[in-house]
Amino acid sequence: MRSGIIARKVGMTRLFMEDGKQIPVTVLQLDNLQVIARRTAEKDGYTAVQLGAGTAKAKRVSKAMRGHFAKANVAPKRKIAEFRVAPENLLEVGAEISAEHFVEGQKVDVSGTSIGKGFAGAMKRHNFGGLRASHGVSISHRSHGSTGQCQDPGKVFKGKKMAGHMGAVRVTTQNLEVVRTDPERGLIMVKGAVPGSRGGWVTVKDAVKKKLPEGVPFPAGLKTTARAKPATAAESDQGAPAETPEGGNEE
Amino acid sequence: MDLIAELEAEQIKALGKDIPDFKAGDTIRVGYKVTEGSRTRVQNYEGVCIARKGGNGIDASFTVRKISFGEGVERVFPLYSTNIDSITVVRRGRVRRSKLYYLRTRRGKAARIAEDTHYKPKKAGPARTEN
Repeated sequence: MRSGIIARKVGMTRLFMEDGKQIPVTVLQLDNLQVIARRTAEKDGYTAVQLGAGTAKAKRVSKAMRGHFAKANVAPKRKIAEFRVAPENLLEVGAEISAEHFVEGQKVDVSGTSIGKGFAGAMKRHNFGGLRASHGVSISHRSHGSTGQCQDPGKVFKGKKMAGHMGAVRVTTQNLEVVRTDPERGLIMVKGAVPGSRGGWVTVKDAVKKKLPEGVPFPAGLKTTARAKPATAAESDQGAPAETPEGGNEE
Repeated sequence: MDLIAELEAEQIKALGKDIPDFKAGDTIRVGYKVTEGSRTRVQNYEGVCIARKGGNGIDASFTVRKISFGEGVERVFPLYSTNIDSITVVRRGRVRRSKLYYLRTRRGKAARIAEDTHYKPKKAGPARTEN
Protein backbone atom coordinates (compact mmCIF):
# COMPACT_ATOMS: atom_id res chain seq x y z
CA MET A 1 0.00 0.00 0.00
CA ARG A 2 1.51 3.29 -1.14
CA SER A 3 0.95 6.74 0.18
CA GLY A 4 -1.60 8.98 -1.50
CA ILE A 5 -1.05 12.64 -2.27
CA ILE A 6 -2.68 15.96 -1.47
CA ALA A 7 -3.41 18.12 -4.51
CA ARG A 8 -5.20 21.31 -5.33
CA LYS A 9 -7.92 21.25 -7.94
CA VAL A 10 -6.97 23.82 -10.57
CA GLY A 11 -9.88 23.38 -12.97
CA MET A 12 -11.01 21.46 -16.00
CA THR A 13 -9.99 21.54 -19.63
CA ARG A 14 -9.84 19.14 -22.55
CA LEU A 15 -7.07 17.30 -24.32
CA PHE A 16 -7.09 16.43 -28.01
CA MET A 17 -5.37 13.14 -28.66
CA GLU A 18 -3.65 12.07 -31.88
CA ASP A 19 -6.36 9.53 -32.69
CA GLY A 20 -9.02 12.23 -32.81
CA LYS A 21 -10.42 11.62 -29.36
CA GLN A 22 -10.96 14.42 -26.91
CA ILE A 23 -10.63 13.76 -23.21
CA PRO A 24 -12.14 15.99 -20.53
CA VAL A 25 -9.58 16.31 -17.77
CA THR A 26 -9.35 17.85 -14.33
CA VAL A 27 -6.00 19.44 -13.61
CA LEU A 28 -4.63 18.76 -10.13
CA GLN A 29 -1.58 20.52 -8.82
CA LEU A 30 0.94 19.36 -6.24
CA ASP A 31 2.14 22.28 -4.20
CA ASN A 32 5.19 21.72 -1.94
CA LEU A 33 3.94 18.31 -0.98
CA GLN A 34 6.19 17.02 1.80
CA VAL A 35 6.22 14.37 4.46
CA ILE A 36 5.92 16.08 7.85
CA ALA A 37 5.59 13.10 10.18
CA ARG A 38 5.36 9.36 10.19
CA ARG A 39 3.51 6.87 12.31
CA THR A 40 5.36 3.70 13.12
CA ALA A 41 4.12 0.43 14.49
CA GLU A 42 6.24 0.52 17.68
CA LYS A 43 5.27 4.08 18.60
CA ASP A 44 1.72 4.48 17.26
CA GLY A 45 0.58 0.95 16.57
CA TYR A 46 0.12 1.51 12.86
CA THR A 47 2.17 2.76 9.94
CA ALA A 48 1.28 5.92 8.06
CA VAL A 49 2.78 9.09 6.67
CA GLN A 50 1.50 12.56 7.39
CA LEU A 51 1.77 14.84 4.37
CA GLY A 52 1.47 18.59 4.15
CA ALA A 53 0.78 20.71 1.07
CA GLY A 54 0.65 24.37 0.14
CA THR A 55 2.30 27.21 2.02
CA ALA A 56 0.88 28.94 5.08
CA LYS A 57 2.02 32.18 6.63
CA ALA A 58 4.00 31.35 9.76
CA LYS A 59 2.15 33.97 11.83
CA ARG A 60 -1.23 32.46 10.93
CA VAL A 61 -0.20 29.01 12.10
CA SER A 62 -0.86 28.07 15.71
CA LYS A 63 2.09 27.72 18.03
CA ALA A 64 1.52 24.00 18.42
CA MET A 65 1.52 23.43 14.67
CA ARG A 66 4.56 25.66 14.26
CA GLY A 67 6.40 23.36 16.63
CA HIS A 68 5.18 20.35 14.69
CA PHE A 69 6.49 21.79 11.40
CA ALA A 70 9.75 22.85 13.04
CA LYS A 71 10.31 19.30 14.27
CA ALA A 72 10.00 18.03 10.71
CA ASN A 73 12.16 20.91 9.49
CA VAL A 74 9.63 21.96 6.80
CA ALA A 75 7.89 25.25 6.04
CA PRO A 76 4.34 25.64 7.44
CA LYS A 77 1.71 23.92 5.30
CA ARG A 78 -1.87 24.83 4.48
CA LYS A 79 -3.31 21.34 4.29
CA ILE A 80 -2.36 18.22 6.19
CA ALA A 81 -3.52 14.67 5.63
CA GLU A 82 -2.45 11.26 6.80
CA PHE A 83 -2.18 8.21 4.56
CA ARG A 84 -1.89 4.64 5.77
CA VAL A 85 1.03 2.87 4.14
CA ALA A 86 2.64 -0.54 4.34
CA PRO A 87 5.69 -0.56 6.67
CA GLU A 88 8.09 -0.95 3.73
CA ASN A 89 6.59 2.10 2.02
CA LEU A 90 7.21 4.53 4.87
CA LEU A 91 8.81 7.75 3.68
CA GLU A 92 11.51 9.91 5.20
CA VAL A 93 10.34 13.06 6.95
CA GLY A 94 10.95 16.05 4.69
CA ALA A 95 10.81 14.05 1.47
CA GLU A 96 9.01 15.89 -1.33
CA ILE A 97 6.59 13.93 -3.49
CA SER A 98 6.39 14.74 -7.19
CA ALA A 99 3.76 14.17 -9.86
CA GLU A 100 5.72 11.12 -11.01
CA HIS A 101 4.12 9.32 -8.09
CA PHE A 102 1.38 8.31 -10.54
CA VAL A 103 1.95 6.91 -14.02
CA GLU A 104 -0.11 7.62 -17.09
CA GLY A 105 -2.95 5.20 -17.61
CA GLN A 106 -3.19 4.37 -13.93
CA LYS A 107 -6.53 4.43 -12.14
CA VAL A 108 -6.90 6.55 -9.02
CA ASP A 109 -9.51 7.39 -6.40
CA VAL A 110 -9.97 11.10 -5.73
CA SER A 111 -11.59 12.39 -2.53
CA GLY A 112 -12.67 15.90 -1.78
CA THR A 113 -15.39 18.01 -0.26
CA SER A 114 -18.22 18.40 -2.74
CA ILE A 115 -19.67 21.79 -3.59
CA GLY A 116 -22.36 22.76 -1.06
CA LYS A 117 -25.87 23.04 -2.47
CA GLY A 118 -27.57 24.35 0.67
CA PHE A 119 -31.10 23.22 1.54
CA ALA A 120 -32.16 21.27 -1.54
CA GLY A 121 -35.54 19.79 -2.43
CA ALA A 122 -36.20 16.08 -2.96
CA MET A 123 -35.99 16.38 -6.75
CA LYS A 124 -32.49 17.81 -6.72
CA ARG A 125 -31.24 15.88 -3.71
CA HIS A 126 -32.60 12.40 -4.42
CA ASN A 127 -33.63 12.61 -8.08
CA PHE A 128 -37.33 12.33 -7.25
CA GLY A 129 -39.72 12.90 -10.12
CA GLY A 130 -41.88 15.55 -8.53
CA LEU A 131 -45.59 15.90 -9.11
CA ARG A 132 -47.46 16.49 -12.36
CA ALA A 133 -47.50 19.79 -14.15
CA SER A 134 -51.30 19.79 -14.41
CA HIS A 135 -54.28 17.52 -13.51
CA GLY A 136 -55.10 19.42 -10.35
CA VAL A 137 -51.63 19.71 -8.84
CA SER A 138 -51.45 23.03 -7.04
CA ILE A 139 -48.29 24.79 -5.89
CA SER A 140 -46.48 21.51 -5.12
CA HIS A 141 -45.02 20.55 -8.51
CA ARG A 142 -41.57 19.88 -7.08
CA SER A 143 -42.61 18.28 -3.78
CA HIS A 144 -41.70 14.73 -2.73
CA GLY A 145 -45.25 13.37 -2.49
CA SER A 146 -46.23 10.71 0.03
CA THR A 147 -43.84 9.83 2.82
CA GLY A 148 -45.42 6.56 3.95
CA GLN A 149 -48.53 4.50 4.66
CA CYS A 150 -51.47 5.12 7.08
CA GLN A 151 -52.34 4.47 10.73
CA ASP A 152 -50.29 1.30 10.45
CA PRO A 153 -47.30 1.96 10.85
CA GLY A 154 -48.44 5.46 11.84
CA LYS A 155 -45.04 7.01 11.46
CA VAL A 156 -42.53 8.03 8.83
CA PHE A 157 -39.73 5.51 8.65
CA LYS A 158 -36.28 6.62 9.62
CA GLY A 159 -34.02 7.39 6.71
CA LYS A 160 -36.91 8.50 4.47
CA LYS A 161 -35.46 10.52 1.63
CA MET A 162 -36.61 14.09 2.01
CA ALA A 163 -35.48 17.63 1.33
CA GLY A 164 -32.52 18.83 3.33
CA HIS A 165 -28.94 19.90 3.27
CA MET A 166 -27.06 18.73 0.21
CA GLY A 167 -23.40 18.78 -0.71
CA ALA A 168 -20.38 19.93 1.30
CA VAL A 169 -19.64 16.34 2.30
CA ARG A 170 -16.59 14.22 1.64
CA VAL A 171 -17.04 12.42 -1.67
CA THR A 172 -14.74 9.88 -3.29
CA THR A 173 -14.79 9.37 -7.04
CA GLN A 174 -13.33 5.98 -7.87
CA ASN A 175 -11.32 4.67 -10.82
CA LEU A 176 -10.44 7.91 -12.58
CA GLU A 177 -7.73 7.52 -15.18
CA VAL A 178 -4.50 9.48 -15.00
CA VAL A 179 -4.18 10.86 -18.53
CA ARG A 180 -1.03 12.91 -18.21
CA THR A 181 1.48 13.99 -15.61
CA ASP A 182 3.78 17.00 -15.66
CA PRO A 183 6.45 16.59 -12.95
CA GLU A 184 8.08 19.96 -13.70
CA ARG A 185 5.00 21.93 -12.74
CA GLY A 186 3.64 19.24 -10.46
CA LEU A 187 0.49 18.62 -12.47
CA ILE A 188 -1.66 15.52 -12.71
CA MET A 189 -4.42 15.39 -15.29
CA VAL A 190 -7.22 13.04 -14.39
CA LYS A 191 -9.99 12.04 -16.78
CA GLY A 192 -13.39 13.31 -15.73
CA ALA A 193 -14.67 15.39 -12.88
CA VAL A 194 -13.37 15.51 -9.33
CA PRO A 195 -15.37 16.50 -6.21
CA GLY A 196 -15.09 20.06 -4.97
CA SER A 197 -14.68 23.52 -6.33
CA ARG A 198 -11.69 25.02 -8.07
CA GLY A 199 -8.93 25.78 -5.61
CA GLY A 200 -10.16 23.10 -3.23
CA TRP A 201 -7.97 20.41 -1.75
CA VAL A 202 -8.37 16.80 -2.79
CA THR A 203 -6.53 13.61 -1.93
CA VAL A 204 -5.50 11.19 -4.67
CA LYS A 205 -4.81 7.53 -3.96
CA ASP A 206 -4.19 4.42 -6.02
CA ALA A 207 -7.55 2.90 -6.97
CA VAL A 208 -8.62 0.27 -4.45
CA LYS A 209 -10.66 -1.65 -7.00
CA LYS A 210 -8.04 -1.82 -9.75
CA LYS A 211 -4.67 -3.52 -9.94
CA LEU A 212 -1.61 -1.30 -9.84
CA PRO A 213 0.05 -1.14 -13.26
CA GLU A 214 3.72 -1.86 -13.91
CA GLY A 215 6.23 0.93 -13.41
CA VAL A 216 4.59 2.62 -10.45
CA PRO A 217 7.37 4.00 -8.22
CA PHE A 218 7.84 2.45 -4.79
CA PRO A 219 7.71 3.60 -2.02
CA ALA A 220 6.70 6.88 -3.70
CA GLY A 221 7.62 9.19 -6.58
CA LEU A 222 9.97 11.54 -4.77
CA LYS A 223 11.33 14.77 -6.16
CA THR A 224 14.96 14.71 -5.08
CA THR A 225 16.40 12.38 -2.55
CA ALA A 226 19.12 14.96 -1.78
CA ARG A 227 16.74 17.17 0.16
CA ALA A 228 15.19 14.30 2.06
CA LYS A 229 18.40 12.96 3.63
CA PRO A 230 19.36 15.67 6.19
CA ALA A 231 15.82 16.23 7.44
CA THR A 232 15.37 12.74 8.84
CA ALA A 233 17.37 13.15 12.03
CA ALA A 234 14.36 14.12 14.14
CA GLU A 235 12.39 10.93 13.67
CA SER A 236 13.16 7.41 14.78
CA ASP A 237 14.43 4.65 12.52
CA GLN A 238 12.44 2.66 9.98
CA GLY A 239 9.56 0.64 11.40
CA ALA A 240 10.44 -3.04 11.65
CA PRO A 241 8.26 -5.25 9.42
CA ALA A 242 8.16 -7.92 12.16
CA GLU A 243 5.53 -5.94 14.14
CA THR A 244 2.58 -8.24 13.51
CA PRO A 245 -0.62 -7.52 15.50
CA GLU A 246 -1.28 -3.87 14.55
CA GLY A 247 0.62 -3.71 11.28
CA GLY A 248 -0.99 -6.92 10.06
CA ASN A 249 -4.66 -5.93 10.12
CA GLU A 250 -3.86 -2.75 8.21
CA GLU A 251 -2.70 -4.58 5.12
CA MET B 1 -2.54 34.14 -17.05
CA ASP B 2 -3.95 31.41 -14.89
CA LEU B 3 -2.70 27.87 -15.15
CA ILE B 4 -5.64 26.50 -17.15
CA ALA B 5 -5.32 29.26 -19.77
CA GLU B 6 -1.59 28.59 -19.90
CA LEU B 7 -2.12 24.87 -20.49
CA GLU B 8 -4.70 25.56 -23.18
CA ALA B 9 -2.44 28.05 -24.96
CA GLU B 10 0.35 25.49 -24.87
CA GLN B 11 -1.87 22.81 -26.32
CA ILE B 12 -3.08 25.07 -29.13
CA LYS B 13 0.54 25.77 -29.95
CA ALA B 14 1.46 22.10 -29.81
CA LEU B 15 -1.43 21.12 -32.08
CA GLY B 16 -0.09 23.61 -34.63
CA LYS B 17 -3.38 23.99 -36.47
CA ASP B 18 -3.61 26.47 -39.31
CA ILE B 19 -7.10 27.84 -38.88
CA PRO B 20 -8.24 30.37 -41.48
CA ASP B 21 -10.08 33.52 -40.53
CA PHE B 22 -13.75 32.72 -40.95
CA LYS B 23 -16.98 33.79 -39.34
CA ALA B 24 -20.67 33.01 -39.43
CA GLY B 25 -22.06 33.47 -42.94
CA ASP B 26 -18.97 32.13 -44.68
CA THR B 27 -19.24 29.00 -46.76
CA ILE B 28 -16.51 26.63 -45.66
CA ARG B 29 -15.24 23.19 -46.54
CA VAL B 30 -14.14 20.97 -43.69
CA GLY B 31 -11.92 17.98 -44.40
CA TYR B 32 -12.85 15.49 -41.69
CA LYS B 33 -10.91 12.30 -41.08
CA VAL B 34 -13.11 9.23 -41.20
CA THR B 35 -11.87 5.84 -40.06
CA GLU B 36 -13.39 2.84 -41.82
CA GLY B 37 -12.05 -0.36 -40.40
CA SER B 38 -8.31 0.16 -40.47
CA ARG B 39 -7.88 2.83 -43.11
CA THR B 40 -8.66 6.50 -42.76
CA ARG B 41 -9.71 8.90 -45.44
CA VAL B 42 -10.69 12.55 -45.54
CA GLN B 43 -14.33 13.37 -46.07
CA ASN B 44 -15.30 16.85 -47.18
CA TYR B 45 -18.24 18.58 -45.63
CA GLU B 46 -19.18 21.88 -47.24
CA GLY B 47 -21.79 24.31 -46.00
CA VAL B 48 -22.53 27.63 -44.38
CA CYS B 49 -20.95 28.34 -41.02
CA ILE B 50 -23.93 29.48 -38.96
CA ALA B 51 -22.24 29.85 -35.58
CA ARG B 52 -18.87 30.09 -33.92
CA LYS B 53 -18.59 29.50 -30.20
CA GLY B 54 -15.85 29.80 -27.64
CA GLY B 55 -13.69 32.39 -29.41
CA ASN B 56 -10.22 31.09 -30.22
CA GLY B 57 -9.81 28.97 -27.10
CA ILE B 58 -9.32 25.22 -26.99
CA ASP B 59 -13.02 24.73 -26.28
CA ALA B 60 -14.06 26.63 -29.41
CA SER B 61 -16.41 25.03 -31.90
CA PHE B 62 -18.29 25.99 -35.05
CA THR B 63 -21.49 24.83 -36.67
CA VAL B 64 -21.77 24.11 -40.40
CA ARG B 65 -25.18 23.82 -42.04
CA LYS B 66 -25.89 22.40 -45.44
CA ILE B 67 -28.86 21.04 -47.33
CA SER B 68 -28.27 17.38 -48.03
CA PHE B 69 -30.79 15.65 -50.32
CA GLY B 70 -33.39 18.25 -49.45
CA GLU B 71 -32.85 17.87 -45.73
CA GLY B 72 -31.08 20.42 -43.57
CA VAL B 73 -28.03 18.97 -41.83
CA GLU B 74 -25.95 20.68 -39.18
CA ARG B 75 -22.65 19.49 -37.81
CA VAL B 76 -20.74 20.94 -34.90
CA PHE B 77 -16.96 20.66 -35.12
CA PRO B 78 -14.49 21.39 -32.35
CA LEU B 79 -12.19 24.04 -33.81
CA TYR B 80 -9.00 22.30 -32.71
CA SER B 81 -10.15 18.73 -33.28
CA THR B 82 -7.39 16.42 -34.41
CA ASN B 83 -9.96 14.80 -36.69
CA ILE B 84 -10.14 17.93 -38.80
CA ASP B 85 -7.69 17.70 -41.66
CA SER B 86 -8.31 21.12 -43.16
CA ILE B 87 -10.69 24.06 -43.14
CA THR B 88 -10.98 26.13 -46.30
CA VAL B 89 -13.11 29.18 -46.86
CA VAL B 90 -15.02 28.81 -50.12
CA ARG B 91 -17.00 32.04 -50.05
CA ARG B 92 -17.22 35.05 -47.75
CA GLY B 93 -20.72 35.99 -46.74
CA ARG B 94 -22.05 39.35 -45.59
CA VAL B 95 -24.30 38.90 -42.56
CA ARG B 96 -25.34 41.18 -39.72
CA ARG B 97 -25.43 38.78 -36.82
CA SER B 98 -23.06 36.26 -35.28
CA LYS B 99 -25.49 33.35 -35.06
CA LEU B 100 -27.51 32.54 -38.18
CA TYR B 101 -30.09 30.29 -36.57
CA TYR B 102 -32.79 32.04 -38.61
CA LEU B 103 -31.58 30.06 -41.63
CA ARG B 104 -33.17 26.96 -40.11
CA THR B 105 -36.64 28.24 -40.87
CA ARG B 106 -35.78 29.31 -44.39
CA ARG B 107 -35.45 27.38 -47.62
CA GLY B 108 -34.04 28.05 -51.04
CA LYS B 109 -34.00 31.65 -52.18
CA ALA B 110 -34.83 33.01 -48.73
CA ALA B 111 -31.80 31.29 -47.24
CA ARG B 112 -29.31 33.01 -49.52
CA ILE B 113 -26.43 35.01 -48.07
CA ALA B 114 -24.95 37.93 -50.00
CA GLU B 115 -21.27 37.64 -50.83
CA ASP B 116 -18.89 39.90 -48.98
CA THR B 117 -16.86 41.47 -51.73
CA HIS B 118 -15.05 43.86 -49.43
CA TYR B 119 -13.42 41.22 -47.26
CA LYS B 120 -10.10 42.28 -45.77
CA PRO B 121 -7.92 39.72 -44.02
CA LYS B 122 -7.28 40.50 -40.38
CA LYS B 123 -3.75 41.08 -39.20
CA ALA B 124 -2.64 37.73 -37.87
CA GLY B 125 -0.71 38.97 -34.82
CA PRO B 126 -2.95 40.76 -32.33
CA ALA B 127 -6.11 38.74 -32.96
CA ARG B 128 -4.73 35.62 -31.26
CA THR B 129 -2.83 37.16 -28.36
CA GLU B 130 -5.80 38.25 -26.25
CA ASN B 131 -6.84 34.65 -25.77
